[in-house]
Amino acid sequence: METSSNNDWRPSASFEVIQQRAELLARIRRYFAENGALEVETPLLTSATTPDPNIPSFSTVSGNAGESCRYLSTSPEFAMKRLLAAGSGPIYQICKAFRRGEQGKLHNPEFTLLEWYRPGFDHHRLMDEVAALVMILAEGYRTFKSEERLTYGDCFQRYLEVDPYVADVARLKICAKQQGLEINSGLTTMDRDGWLDLLMSHCIQPNLGQGRLSFVYDYPASQASLAKIRPGTPPVAERFELFMDGVELANGFHELQDAAEQRARFEEELQCRQENGLESVKIDEYLLAALEAGLPECAGVAMGLDRLMMVLIGAGRMKEVLTFPYDRV
Amino acid sequence: MANFSTNEFKSGLKVMIDNDPCSMIDVDMVKPGKGQAFTRVKLRNLITGRVVERTYKSGESLPGADVIDTEMQYLYNDGEFWYFMDPNTFEQVGADEKAVGDQRKWLKEQDNCEVTLWNDNPIAIATPNFVELRITETDPGLKGDTAQGGIKPATLETGAMVKVPLFIEVDEMIKVDTRTGEYVSRVKE
Repeated sequence: METSSNNDWRPSASFEVIQQRAELLARIRRYFAENGALEVETPLLTSATTPDPNIPSFSTVSGNAGESCRYLSTSPEFAMKRLLAAGSGPIYQICKAFRRGEQGKLHNPEFTLLEWYRPGFDHHRLMDEVAALVMILAEGYRTFKSEERLTYGDCFQRYLEVDPYVADVARLKICAKQQGLEINSGLTTMDRDGWLDLLMSHCIQPNLGQGRLSFVYDYPASQASLAKIRPGTPPVAERFELFMDGVELANGFHELQDAAEQRARFEEELQCRQENGLESVKIDEYLLAALEAGLPECAGVAMGLDRLMMVLIGAGRMKEVLTFPYDRV
Repeated sequence: MANFSTNEFKSGLKVMIDNDPCSMIDVDMVKPGKGQAFTRVKLRNLITGRVVERTYKSGESLPGADVIDTEMQYLYNDGEFWYFMDPNTFEQVGADEKAVGDQRKWLKEQDNCEVTLWNDNPIAIATPNFVELRITETDPGLKGDTAQGGIKPATLETGAMVKVPLFIEVDEMIKVDTRTGEYVSRVKE
């Protein structure tokens, strides 16, 4: 133990991996330079943040008198949408994002994201591009079986034989028990989405993307986040995620353009925060004003580059691809 | 005892689950892309030794278990309990058969052991990795056979049976690895 703590000043990633990361960034920049997207940078310190109750922000103290606290950005999404609304055209960004409390084999509170937006694309067309880019980035590391795309409903049917769009809490709870999950008292207070998240993360996700890219799309409308909801029976969120080796690598949306609906979703999330005793946050009025002015029809996606690096080299823990993980900063 | 929230969970933390003290072996965060975060924990039940896996919602908490590992000296066995003494306070505790378990065969009076106390009661003991014990019974040694690889069974003063080289004699002291139960070397007296 003593030796390891004495060596904590050292990077946890090997120099081979540090070089591979540099090459990964170079390939991404080359790809977008050749495929018509502009690299942008947006602020990491922001005056408003996401109200999503499941995304806790770091807040910082501003030195200026009378100025409210600043947040460390949990995602560049709001600022990038302001650029899109202002007429930027296709854009991408490689940046740090920060989420309080997220630490584990696949999590670090500070992580690196690649996020990009394509005006005129829907989520299916963006999935095509995600797959193409991952293939380029994986060259020389590994090869994959042909990609698969399945709806959120397909996943639940395939692995759990339950319909996630209609099943109620009681049904999902039975399903979790059948899967051998211990249901302690803390879990029993979860709402329907909480149960879906439990089943998805514990029973389905480990099976996804084994030796291939697995895209999951058409999420329940209650999990739309910032995606468009397509009316129908059931209505579904035009959202997708990419999984490889059971690891979630990317989340994309056919982006919601309606300012009023976006405000209503934010307010619902704030309400949820209040009910659960979580801190309130300031809604991003700049984003809402941008949507009001007109966000072009577009699709956008965020990809975790630390995790992608892990999957490419077969690392089991994120610290193997980070120079200095959170416990060494 | 304090409560520990999921963000304080880490390997080695001792908590109460279903009225038993448990030690965390592995902790990880599990989260779908968007949505509820969970903390998945692998724990060893310190009473039964069984390993269980549990999932908690982020922000949930568990009561801590008053469990400490402490160095104590083994004194004697009265047929029911094995008695250990704290070398600083001279306080004694009696560990039952369940707590002593397999380790009993390496327990020699006056030797030091690590005793796991839960609410001041011993629930497990760990003998040192190496102990020195006297041979009480074994076939006569073969003189001059120090180079050959032959082995034979031997009984030690604690009753433990180990395999020893052919040249070892009754009454000799040997060093044993308690983790594997294997002979390590002769001990010069």
